[in-house]
Amino acid sequence: MELVLSAGIGVFAASGVWLMLRPRTFQVVLGLSLLSYAVNLFIFAMGRLTVGAPPVLGAVPEIVSVDDPVPQALVLTALVISFALTALFLVVLLAARGVTGSDHVDGREPHRVEPHPGNPLP
Amino acid sequence: MSPHLLVALAAILPFLGSAVAICLPGSARNTAAILAGGVMLVSLACIASLYPTVSGAGPVVWAVDWLPTLGVRIVLRLDSLAWLFAMLVLGIGALVVLYARYYMAAADPVPRLFCFFLAFVGAMLGIVLSGNLIQLVVFWELTSVVSFLLIGYWSDNASARDGARMALTITAAGGLCLLVGMILIGQIVGSYDLDAVLASGDAIRNSPLYVPALVLVLAGALTKSAQFPFHIWLPRAMAAPTPISAYLHSATMVKAGIFLMIRFWPVLSGTESWYWIVGGAGMATLLVGAWSAIFQHDLKGLLAYSTISHLGLITLLLGLDSPLAVVAAIFHVVNHATFKASLFMAAGIIDHETGTRDMRRLSGLWRAMPYTATLAMVAAAAMAGVPLLNGFLSKEMFLSEAVDNAGDHPLHLALPVLATLASAFTVLYSLRFIRQTFFGPPPHDLPHAPHEPVRWMRIPIEALVLTCIAIGLVPNLTIGPVLESAVRAVLGARTPDYDLAIWHGFNTPLAMSVGALIGGVVLYRAFGARINTNPRGGPWLMDRLDGGWLFERAMTGLVRGARVLEGWLGTERLQPQLRILFLAALTAALAAGTARGLDLIAPGRMTEFDPAFALMWLVGAACAIGAAERAKYHRLSATIFVGGAGLVSSLTFLWLSAPDLAVTQILVEIVTTVMLLLGLRWLPKRNAAIPVPASEEARGRRRRLIDLCIAGLVGFGMAGLAYAVMTRPAVDGISRWFVEEAYPQAGGRNVVNVLLVDFRAFDTLGEICVLGVVGLTVFALLRRFRPAPDSLERPLQQVRYDAYDGAREGREPGQTTADALLVPRLVTTWLFPFIVLLALHLFLRGHDLPGGGFAAGIAMTVAFMLQYMANGAEWVEQRLRIQPIAWIGAGMLIAALAGAGSWLFGRPYLTAFFAYWEPPLLGKVPVASALLFDLGIMVLVVGASALMLVALAHQSLRRTRAADAEAAAAAERMAEKEPA
Repeated sequence: MELVLSAGIGVFAASGVWLMLRPRTFQVVLGLSLLSYAVNLFIFAMGRLTVGAPPVLGAVPEIVSVDDPVPQALVLTALVISFALTALFLVVLLAARGVTGSDHVDGREPHRVEPHPGNPLP
Repeated sequence: MSPHLLVALAAILPFLGSAVAICLPGSARNTAAILAGGVMLVSLACIASLYPTVSGAGPVVWAVDWLPTLGVRIVLRLDSLAWLFAMLVLGIGALVVLYARYYMAAADPVPRLFCFFLAFVGAMLGIVLSGNLIQLVVFWELTSVVSFLLIGYWSDNASARDGARMALTITAAGGLCLLVGMILIGQIVGSYDLDAVLASGDAIRNSPLYVPALVLVLAGALTKSAQFPFHIWLPRAMAAPTPISAYLHSATMVKAGIFLMIRFWPVLSGTESWYWIVGGAGMATLLVGAWSAIFQHDLKGLLAYSTISHLGLITLLLGLDSPLAVVAAIFHVVNHATFKASLFMAAGIIDHETGTRDMRRLSGLWRAMPYTATLAMVAAAAMAGVPLLNGFLSKEMFLSEAVDNAGDHPLHLALPVLATLASAFTVLYSLRFIRQTFFGPPPHDLPHAPHEPVRWMRIPIEALVLTCIAIGLVPNLTIGPVLESAVRAVLGARTPDYDLAIWHGFNTPLAMSVGALIGGVVLYRAFGARINTNPRGGPWLMDRLDGGWLFERAMTGLVRGARVLEGWLGTERLQPQLRILFLAALTAALAAGTARGLDLIAPGRMTEFDPAFALMWLVGAACAIGAAERAKYHRLSATIFVGGAGLVSSLTFLWLSAPDLAVTQILVEIVTTVMLLLGLRWLPKRNAAIPVPASEEARGRRRRLIDLCIAGLVGFGMAGLAYAVMTRPAVDGISRWFVEEAYPQAGGRNVVNVLLVDFRAFDTLGEICVLGVVGLTVFALLRRFRPAPDSLERPLQQVRYDAYDGAREGREPGQTTADALLVPRLVTTWLFPFIVLLALHLFLRGHDLPGGGFAAGIAMTVAFMLQYMANGAEWVEQRLRIQPIAWIGAGMLIAALAGAGSWLFGRPYLTAFFAYWEPPLLGKVPVASALLFDLGIMVLVVGASALMLVALAHQSLRRTRAADAEAAAAAERMAEKEPA
């Protein structure tokens, strides 16, 4: 299990980083999403893996061995914040695309482009 | 009133007055002047009435804590020295207010001037009254900032702007040095309290940090007091209105540096470094200032350089390291303030009534304004050191100190000779000022016909000149006691015996004085005419050394250097930045890992392998890689792949005992995916026409290879790190405590939820604030959203539907579009109440079972979102009024107030409370105040996420509106064309 999960985290992180280094804004937004999955899983994994013992106490709240609740609480807020972050980036990308006419991360095409009809470059 | 209250009142009143003055309308010249004058008089009365207390019982100290952990307090400390300076600041300030009222034109925004003026008075009093080093620096910098505003008051004048900028650059830079110096002194002494510092002179002088501290403190003092070579800002500051020049650049601000040197004289002086730095700077300034003053044709320029020279004289006295010289320095501060302020005011009157300040054009004004001329002549005589006036007394003391402290080094003759020479220069320029302006033939072609000013404008000058004469005639009856107690406040037991008499018999200083007077007159007779026609403009010998030019060059160089550095080290492009960021993170992780022994495989605990889990992750990995590959041209499928990856991570949470995370993740996933889908519409179509030059293709390939390596390394690193940690045994941290105490202390069985809403509730409060802010930011950004023109076309599907409708009999265009999604629409409409119910269920069970405010909020958003998707924004908003901004505000308020509730019981913020309640039918229910907090979270999450989604969804309405507007405009154009 540990091996599978860590490999999965690695693949998520690698795909995320690759996308974040791409030139188009939408790629960067998706990359950020993937990277935040990887990081959330990573933080969660810091509490070690436990199968079938959620940190929810039974009807008689006796002390039992349960999964570490602290990384879970951290990840729970991180989930909501990364959602907000994705939303913000998406909107910034849309606004930038509207203002600059380009969906390149720098707001302009890297090399000179013939003006395309309906895509007026500054 | 108690003395403490009086001091505090005097210090605060100017700032209050300043705040009131800025609210006055621009034309309220009289109101502003009365306000400023009243403030000055009340503060003056407060300080003046404390004289008996201060001179008798010692300092009045009033303190409050400011940064107690750093030992920084706000301390107002009025001793005799501070009293003397405060009286100068307020007394001359009151006269300047009266003068400024008549000097300023009605067209100027006079209330603004008085606002800055009062703020300046407050800052100056702050310096003088500071009993704490850090507080002193704060007020010190405040004077720099306010003087910047005052010099640049006529901001449409380029020289005013440049002068203000130069003054700020030099004095504020000095102020920063002063701050560091003060911190060093504070470190040496162990306290920032002035009393403690003044009591530890030996400790400071013997510390290895003494020289750096001294240099830094003096950098502050010498820049502020315009000492060579920092004096260049003062002449350029003359672009300020004359009342301001009279006040800031003669009487007060430039004296702040002097004040600082006097204040710290007992602890910093008495060493070789002090002698050479302070004495050297003073001597150089005295000579350079006097020499340059001779060659000025502008009245204010002459007075500016003369001020520099007199400040040099005072600095030189302080550098001499003799108690008597300190007496002379304090005495000369008072004398210089009185005669120089009156001279500035006289120059202002001349400028005001004739329209020029050029001495080459002025002449014979004595006939037109005999009264002003007399006053100016007395003041100038005081400046030149003519007997029976105050300037004579302090200059005499200076000369005698110059003789007594010449020292026994080879230069011992230099000090008396240079002092006499500088005095002769002073006589020369004073004489030139009077002779050129008031005597000679009647003036011709002046901009205005000269005449006496209004009565009130002369009163300040009369008051100051009378002071000059009174001190000069009967020093012991006027300034004597005040000076005595001020000196005692500085020197304490080292106070020397001295005599303020006018006549000390025939001695060397008298001879030097007489020599200087005669020398000055002779020099004027010899060179006066040649100075007027000086072809080179600047002072002889020094015209090549233009400080202003050097300053400008230095500033340009600084800016250019910064640009070059930015070019090397910075980039505006995102990709290189991110690349560097990832590489830096990799390097840091690698360095940390190798330092502690890179040991990834630690065969410890392992969870049993499950093939289903591996299969699931196979799908997850495929999704992630698929997303990475498809995101460039196939955004829709990439979005779906990312959704798949999110689903796998949600299932992983569920598998590995984190049901809360699984629920929240899957809900967030839904909302994020919908948002991305909403955004897709505004992105450009695939543009195959972007030509890539052949040279770029190879570079692009190389760049992608590098990126692939970086991504691979990051992935490998994270995987390795995760594996290394997971296989090690868990550390027994704080988690056990949370698990054990969740039920007994917070009454919740779901430990994660208890952590969020109870134990770590303050963190959560911060998180929801972030969420609310992001929601509002998205809303604000989208309000001004301007879609790219190529995104404005109608979607292909709608166009096809309409074409279908148009081709068939009996169908209106748009009918098919309106009928689309009929079944899902019906289903989602029915689903709405059930999803809301689910959300409420998630919310209510959150404290004991997986769920909670976050999940419930997002579930509620999904309910709204489904309606928008299936039925369209217009349909939903006709039936449902969602006001997301109100939801955000309400959520914030509920959460904050739920936390504040604990105050009612005298407990700290966000202390949770819980009890059991037995309503009929339901049985025993735990009621926790944390539930209320969780409600706030839910409401805010609904508001923020709904706000984002609705704002995005509304863009398609805007598109329709934009298209409609375009169609209307086109129709209008057609209609216009037709008649033609």
